This record gives sequence, C-alpha cells and structure tokens, in this order.
Amino acid sequence: MNTLLRFADDTEQIGEPAVNIAIFGIFVLITLVVVFRASRNNKTAADYYAAGRSFTGPQNGTAIAGDYLSAASFLGICGAIAINGYDGFLYSIGFLVAWLVALLLVAELLRNTGKFTMADVLSFRLKQRPVRMAASLATLAVVFFYLLAQMAGAGGLVALLLGIEGTAAQGVVIAVVGALMILYVLVGGMKGTTWVQIIKAVLLIFGAAVMTAWVLAKYGFNFSDLLQGAVDKAGDGGEALLGPGKQYGATSMSQLNFLSLALALVLGTAGLPHVLMRFYTVPTAKEARRSVVWAIWLIGIFYLFTLVLGYGAGALVGPEAIKAAPGGVNSAAPLLAYELGGTILLALISAVAFATILAVVAGLTITAATSFAHDIYASVIKHGQIRPDGEVRVARITVVAIGILAIIGGIFANGQNVAFLVALAFAVAASANLPTILYSLFWKRFNTSGALWSMYGGLISCLVLITFSPVVSGKVDPTTGDSLSMIKDTSVDFHLISLENPGLITIPLAFVLGIVGTYLSKEKSSPEKYAEMEVRSLTGAGSEKAVAH
Amino acid sequence: MTDTADGFETDYQRVQRSDEFQALKKRFRNFVFPMTALFLIWYFVYVLLADYAHDFMSTKVWGNITVGLLFGLGQFASTFIITMVYARWANNKQDAVAERLRLHIEEGTVDGGAGEVA
Repeated sequence: MNTLLRFADDTEQIGEPAVNIAIFGIFVLITLVVVFRASRNNKTAADYYAAGRSFTGPQNGTAIAGDYLSAASFLGICGAIAINGYDGFLYSIGFLVAWLVALLLVAELLRNTGKFTMADVLSFRLKQRPVRMAASLATLAVVFFYLLAQMAGAGGLVALLLGIEGTAAQGVVIAVVGALMILYVLVGGMKGTTWVQIIKAVLLIFGAAVMTAWVLAKYGFNFSDLLQGAVDKAGDGGEALLGPGKQYGATSMSQLNFLSLALALVLGTAGLPHVLMRFYTVPTAKEARRSVVWAIWLIGIFYLFTLVLGYGAGALVGPEAIKAAPGGVNSAAPLLAYELGGTILLALISAVAFATILAVVAGLTITAATSFAHDIYASVIKHGQIRPDGEVRVARITVVAIGILAIIGGIFANGQNVAFLVALAFAVAASANLPTILYSLFWKRFNTSGALWSMYGGLISCLVLITFSPVVSGKVDPTTGDSLSMIKDTSVDFHLISLENPGLITIPLAFVLGIVGTYLSKEKSSPEKYAEMEVRSLTGAGSEKAVAH
Repeated sequence: MTDTADGFETDYQRVQRSDEFQALKKRFRNFVFPMTALFLIWYFVYVLLADYAHDFMSTKVWGNITVGLLFGLGQFASTFIITMVYARWANNKQDAVAERLRLHIEEGTVDGGAGEVA
C-alpha cells in the first residue's frame, strides 16, 4: 500500500472534485451541528470522557463499529481482496473473531471495575502510580501508531479524491483534517465524538450495502459467477484469487509473517484503548454486552459486504486498472463506486471514506487525551489532588497538543504504509495491554511487578523488533530495486530479523513476563482488593453510574 | 477461603465467600474459558490451513466456491453463533443473580455484615 500517493501523471481525474467537496462539506456541516448540540450538557469529567455514561447498547455498538471500521478496513480490505483475492479476506476474519475475546473476557468486567481509562482497571488492586504510568504510555504508543496511519491515509486519500497533487497541498489537507478533528473533540467531548461515529457508521454500512446489492445484481445474485468474473478479468493466473497464498504464500518467511499477523489481529482488539474506553459510555455492564453484540453483527456484516465489493472491484474494474489508478490498491472501492454509479456515487462513497477517517481520528484523540489527563497528569503528577474540571481542562489542552502532533506526524508519514501502521498498533495492544488486563481480572496472585514486567516488556520488545525489522529498513523490491521500507534510502539497512509483524514473538513473551515478574516479587496481592475487584467485576456493585441531567 | 484471622472482613469479602457468588463465578468461568479455547483453536486451525494447506483450501466444492471460502464464512458463522449463545446465556442465567448481589452490597444488606462497604 505504499502506492497510496503514487500519482500517474497521465491518469485522468476520476469524478468531479467539486461534487466531492460539496458532499463532504454537507457531512461536516451536519456533524458540526450535532456535535454542538451534544456538547451542551458537557459539565463533568464523566460527561467529557464517558458521555455521561448515557448511551444505549445499540447506540454504543454502532459507535464501536464506527470507531473500528477505519479506512484500513474499508479501502484496505476491498483493495486487498481485489488484488490478492482470498488473502485479503483473511484480514477481515482476524478483525472480526477478535471481538469474541472482547465480548467474553473483557467488556463487561471492564465496565464494572473501571471509570474512564484502561489504567483504572489495571491499577485497581496494584500500585496506582507505576501501573497507571505504564498503562498510559502503552495507550499513547498504540494511539500514536493508529493515529499516524489514519492521518497518513487521510492525506493521501483525500488529496486524491479532491484532485490535489503535490506534497505541500496535501500537507494543507492533512492540517485541515487535523483542525476539524480537534474542533470535534474539543467542543463535543466523548458525546460529540460518539455521535460523529454513529452517523459515520450508518453512512458507511448503508453505502457498502447499496454497492453490494448493486454488484450482486449485475451477476444475477450468484456469488460464484461474480468470482468467475474476477478470475476472467485478472487474466493469466486469475484462478489464484479463489484460494489462499497469493500474497502470503511466497516463502516460509511470508507464511510466518502471516501467522504473526493473525495472532496480533485476534488478540489486539481487546487491548485497543480507544475500543476499551467506549465501554464506559454506557450505563451498565449489560449495556456493554449489548454494545458488543451490536458491534459484532455490524462489523461482521460489513466485512461480508467487503468480500463482495473486493471481488466486485476485481471483476468490474480489474486489478490492472486499480493498480494503475492514483491511490493504487486503496482506490478499489472508490473506483468500483464510479463504475457502478458514476460521479455522484463516487462522491458519496468518497465523502463516507473521508468521514470514516475523521471519526476514527476523533475517537483516538479523545482516548489519548483522557489517558494523559486522567492517568499521568491527575494520578501520577498531581497524586490525585486535582478537581475534576481541572482534569478536563488538561484533557482539552492535550487534545490540541495531540492534534498538532498528529498533523505534523501525518505530514511526515504521508505516503507510508497504512496497513503496516495499523497492524503495528494491534501488535503493541496485544503485547503491552492484553496480558495485564487478563491477569489482573482473572489471576489472584498477579501483582504490580508482574504488570510492569509484562507491559514494559511487551511495549519495548515490540518497538525494538519493529525498528530492526525490514519494515523500517532494508526491504528492497527485487524487480524494481526500490525500497519497500519506511526508510527510502536503500543504502541504509540495519534490519536484523526478517519478521515484519512482531506479534508472534512479543505476545507470548509479554504473557510469560507477567508470570515471571509476579513470582520474582515478594509483593502479595491484597485479599480485600481482590475480593472487591472480583465481586465488582461480576456483579457491577459500586460501578460508576450514569450521569443524570 | 479468605483469611479472617484478624476478625475484620469487608462486605466484598463476605460476598466473595458466599455460595451464591461462588456459584456465579464458577458458572461464568466454566462458560467463558472453554468457549474462548474453542473459538481460538478453531481460528488457528483455520489460519494454519490457510497458511500451509493451499491446495486443500483451493479445492472447489461447487462452482467457484472453494473449501477455503466455506471455512472463512464458517468463521463468520461461528462468531455470530457464539455471540448470540453467550448473550442469551448471560441474560438468562447470570444477570438476575448478579443484580441481587449488587443490590445487597449497595444497600448494605450483606448477610451477617455491617452496612459499611470498605
């Protein structure tokens, strides 16, 4: 997906940028009105961070789907299926099955024991300050990689859809996206952000449903005929689209890479801080359960749509045309929309894709700001001696700081591999967060030392392995001689291992470190605290209540 | 179960010790742990087949529908089924018990205990 910004000079502009801008402008206008209306009741920290815990399960489930179905899901998976066939499908399965971990082991227990952030749960019966610090750093690391991916995607995608070329102009686009996102989060808090996600999720799923029906109708609602269309269009070797192995089957190393990716995907979701934080926006654990059930249905059905859309793009647009188009692989879904419904459908789908990025970025920003203000500033720096409105003020300042960082990062990351950055965020979440979440919920003996070993071990090992992997340096396209790594200078090569996704090593390592760290420390877990956590997690006694206005 | 030698016990510990809570916890763990093992094993069987058994997964069953596609759709089906089974089970078997225990604690009416929640 490095081809995101690869402009083909002789390619004609597809669609009308003016129509695209107009439709996107309408979306921004509507959501801004909603955000301003939603923000009128933002009084307390619970309002700002957790939307007063007043959303219903179905509303929150839709917002979760809005948060989760990022540009990588929509554009990335459609493109991957169109080009690589079955191997693209594997992503969606990992992304979906992962939700069972969240549903069965994490969502309700977390809602019952926490307040605003993941660290609330992790530090519940352990030493507050060191655990909050570690959990917050892990949160910021995950959010950073995720944010970078979305901003890089936003710059490239939107620039293409609006017909803006040149790095400087794209930088302006990224800055506009960033500024809009800051405005949403600053004004609307969690409530405004949630409404943006709900609106976006409905638009995205509805748009995908219409396109799916359209594609299937062209093939007499016979999926096998659609597959035949994709095989025929791909020409020689088109049969390979129907089975696995086209992308990941090349060498034993690429097979290991796939295994590593599969592990990171399935265990990453339940450790993603922006997903976990959404469970606090509902009044009870039962509503948290309903949220996840709704989210699983919406996300699952959406991924079934992308299966049709991906093969549909392959059949109706063709892999060659997709690869040659500006935006490369990521342009499969917009090109299919243009093929089906011309300028208007392209503009609609493009606006939805733009909205997707905006909503996900807003969700990530509020998570990072909450984590910094609530865990690092209020608990670690101020020792909890701070009024809640002071904490919210810090959160708002953090939103602006993160927004500016994301804009700068996005401008630098512009053109980098979006899928890699998202998978990286999943690997960090699965290594640094998930083991400690599970241990602290289910293992009585677990203590502070184990948590720190597991979180720092998972986080640092991830960062180190990625730095010395071919993703950062030393991966060269054998046919063209171009660099496929983040460092574009092929003479710089400090990669030491060939594994591209660190999950296969770091996730088991973090689980083991949690056990080792626990037994190396003499610290005993407090029976009172464990009783409180266990009873609260299963019964909801003493859990944070909804804010009544 | 809980060390009560110092003669002081919180309401949470009292509830934790109760048969009703222990049964709730046991039912919960007996449901979610095997279910988690089941879907993870099924997922990794699928991943390993897709990763290493290309010929088998590319076998056509009907038209262009391959074994791999059916396995993949099977992952969707199993995810939806487990979700609904869990939600129905939790709604019917767990919620009422959890709610009763929660009210006991929040109203300070835990059997044999003072109302104070530590």
